[in-house]
Amino acid sequence: MSLEILGISVLWLFLFGYVMIGSIDFGAGFFNAYSVITGKRHILTNIIQRYLSPVWEITNVFLVFFFVGIVGFFPKTAFYYGTTLLVPASIALALLAIRGSYYAFESYGSRGHVGYSFMYGASGLLLPASLSVVLTISEGGFIRMHGNNPVLDYQVLFTSPLTWSIVLLAIAAVLYISAVFLTWYANAAGDADATRLLRKYALIWSIPLAITVVGIMVELRKHNEAHYARMVDMWYLFAISALMFIVTVGCIWMKRNYGLALWLLVGQFALAFFGYGISHYPYLLYPHLTIYDSFTNEAMAISLVIAFVLGLLLLVPSLYLVLKLFLFDKDYVRGKGNHHA
Amino acid sequence: MVNEHAVFYSRLLTEFTLTFHIIYATIGVGVPLLIMIAQWIGIQKNDEHYILLARRVARGFVITVAVGVVTGTAIGLQLSLLWPNFMQLAGNVIALPLFMETFAFFFEAIFLGIYLYTWDRFENQKKHFLLLVPVALGASASAVFITIVNAFMNAPQGFELVDGELVNIQPLVAMFNPAMPTKVGHVLVTAYMTSAFILASIAAFRLLKGSNHIYYKKSLYLFMKLGLVFSIATAMLGDFSAKYLVEYQPEKLAAAEWHFKTEKGASLLVFGLRDGEDVKYAIRIPYGLSILAHYNPNAEVTGLDQFPEDEIPPLYIHFLFDLMVSIGFFMVAVSAIYIIGKLRSWRWIHSKWFRWIMVLGGPLAVIAIEAGWWMAEVGRQPWILVNYMKVAEAATSSNHVDLMLLLFCIIYLILGVGSVVVLRRMFKRNPIEREIADRKAEKGGDLS
Ligand code: HDD
Ligand code: HEM
Ligand code: HEM
Repeated sequence: MSLEILGISVLWLFLFGYVMIGSIDFGAGFFNAYSVITGKRHILTNIIQRYLSPVWEITNVFLVFFFVGIVGFFPKTAFYYGTTLLVPASIALALLAIRGSYYAFESYGSRGHVGYSFMYGASGLLLPASLSVVLTISEGGFIRMHGNNPVLDYQVLFTSPLTWSIVLLAIAAVLYISAVFLTWYANAAGDADATRLLRKYALIWSIPLAITVVGIMVELRKHNEAHYARMVDMWYLFAISALMFIVTVGCIWMKRNYGLALWLLVGQFALAFFGYGISHYPYLLYPHLTIYDSFTNEAMAISLVIAFVLGLLLLVPSLYLVLKLFLFDKDYVRGKGNHHA
Repeated sequence: MVNEHAVFYSRLLTEFTLTFHIIYATIGVGVPLLIMIAQWIGIQKNDEHYILLARRVARGFVITVAVGVVTGTAIGLQLSLLWPNFMQLAGNVIALPLFMETFAFFFEAIFLGIYLYTWDRFENQKKHFLLLVPVALGASASAVFITIVNAFMNAPQGFELVDGELVNIQPLVAMFNPAMPTKVGHVLVTAYMTSAFILASIAAFRLLKGSNHIYYKKSLYLFMKLGLVFSIATAMLGDFSAKYLVEYQPEKLAAAEWHFKTEKGASLLVFGLRDGEDVKYAIRIPYGLSILAHYNPNAEVTGLDQFPEDEIPPLYIHFLFDLMVSIGFFMVAVSAIYIIGKLRSWRWIHSKWFRWIMVLGGPLAVIAIEAGWWMAEVGRQPWILVNYMKVAEAATSSNHVDLMLLLFCIIYLILGVGSVVVLRRMFKRNPIEREIADRKAEKGGDLS
């Protein structure tokens, strides 16, 4: 495997990690706000406090890892994406600030401030929307060169159906992923009310997810035919992914095997995410930037890879410990004992 | 083609973000070590007060970390958003420590999460204590790595620029640049020092405002002791930093010292007012600068006359430098007097006015941190990467930076006010007397 491909694979893997755990986080915020409005807050708030508060910082580091890593492996992305993404990325940062402060301020502060919960919930929908714009831009056609400087054409961006179909897909996916995970978690926690509610959400959100996926294929075909053709070449990845989706929904429908449903969910999105990524190859930004012409020098690439391997040795056992303590520990999940500092 | 408008606002936004981040970052680096020390003493002496101290500080730490993480994420992205040309170049040469920093964050975040949510979950207290070690290590390591990046900006090496192409890149040589040892050392110790004085000033404040609990006396004494150790180390490493400047960035030192003409036996000017090259009302220490720079009263010190006009940094950094150094020595004195007074049982160190001075210590240390960074960063101007790239060439060409500046100002305002309000409320609602009573009821232990 060439260093370029190794580099982008590592980054894509961490981005996948962020998409999954980030989705759980974003979606939970939305469901929480929704339940506050509909007067069911007691059902969800506990689960959110117990599962999300200890891990939000870890979630955030996945994102940091991605954007620091991509500038490390592909420094030219700093120039193209850095210059053009100023506004969308700054908005995303503002939304992240709302979430970060919610976890910190609410866990001790004024628990239950309605306006705050509402903003936290809204940010859960707006964040995937603003982050997904990056994927849209990468399809090409939204950046003009002004002399030597790339400029983002907002008018084209906001009037393109591709933009909106990706935004909708991102939101539907976030809510679906989150609902499936939380159904499993609530069930493991033995919380029947929450399970019932979340199961309903999971089923509801599977429908828009399926619709938007189809919508995107249609739009992409119009917008970037080369990419579309490469995706069609890899139809089998997407077919397995779709199959997994159907089985997941089936499990949840029949109220059984929530654990299996969760694993299939991860598999479904992994296949789709990597299928999308591989078919995007070799472009980081159509048609300006490929992973080859933006790659860093060999010395830096090798040292980054070494640092990465050493870092993983540190990271994997630590992540295992977190999962063991917060996700797979029966007593903790059931909320027996409050051990917060 | 430089977009002046974008350069100006990019500077402003970077200055704002870093100035804000550094407050929380400093606390984030220093406080885990202090929690660790307090908890360790508690376990060793079997003194519940120190354990409670660790626990209460950890609780407050949740809030400051959150703001640190949020603002840190902002600056991390902003480096690419506002300085794309710089990051493109830097990415090729100095990406390694930036990348390693993310692992340090990971490590810290993971164990902090575990530590905070596992109080009393382990039978053996030492196990819980051990969870803090990676937190403190991760926090300090992130400071080390990011400071290495900053050191590189001051003393770039490990690459060659041939016809605009980067060649012969050596990431490790870039990391271990001449600015790195003193900078990393000084930044780390000042973080510990500042955190110690902040915690000491909280204790002193509680003692002034009503509570006369032994808990606060123990806490004050502990943090003043630590503050003394770290402030002495700060002064020493600050002196080494100055020696580094003499050798590698004499223009920064000369600007900070208002040293205009290269001369032997140079005197040191402290504060003062400047009119052109005439300095009035300064405290003048004969031979001081030569001694500071070379340990030799007759040594020659390079002055600003050796540099082209357009490469001389703004001269107001003189005040920043003097402010930082004055605060440094003042805090050594305050903590030394307190410790000696405590050992000798001087009564007046418990007086109101002396306690107020200790309350001032925390804010003063934060001011010194800010002054130090502003001095170091403004003193690098006009360069972003000394001798290779100027700030104006590095900035984005986007036209929307001014709006983003407004957006981030609002965010920082909310975060700043929010963190203070939440912290105050948190400790007001649960004063130490109540917490001790609660724990007693829970355990039936022998707490006083
Ligand atoms: C509590 C904060 C604090 C205190 C009391 C001091 N410093 Fe400092 N100083 C810093 C906080 C700081 C800093 C914020 O950490 C800086 C900014 C950039 C850096 O590398 O460290 C710094 C930079 C800095 C530099 C510039 C390094 C460079 O640009 O490369 C010098 C020469 C000194 N310091 C010297 C001193 C001396 C002689 C002190 C005497 C007591 C002193 N500092 C006290
Ligand atoms: C450790 C890593 C740091 C990096 C990589 C870094 C990066 C930068 C960059 C890219 C600039 C150029 C923009 C400009 O001129 O405004 C700059 C300048 C500046 N930075 Fe830093 N910085 C670091 C630490 C800090 C900290 C902690 C502070 C805290 C106060 C700070 C304060 C400033 C200031 C005040 C300027 C403006 C100088 C001027 O415009 O005259 N920096 N820094
Ligand atoms: C331009 C310079 C800087 C950049 C790009 C930067 C970047 C970041 C990022 C991305 C985070 C969030 C990490 C997370 O998600 O957990 C963060 C937090 C942090 N930063 Fe900075 N940082 C800079 C300057 C500094 C400096 C100068 C220090 C220390 C002296 C520092 C110490 C920390 C610490 C300890 C945290 C963890 C949060 C906390 O414990 O409060 N940073 N920084």
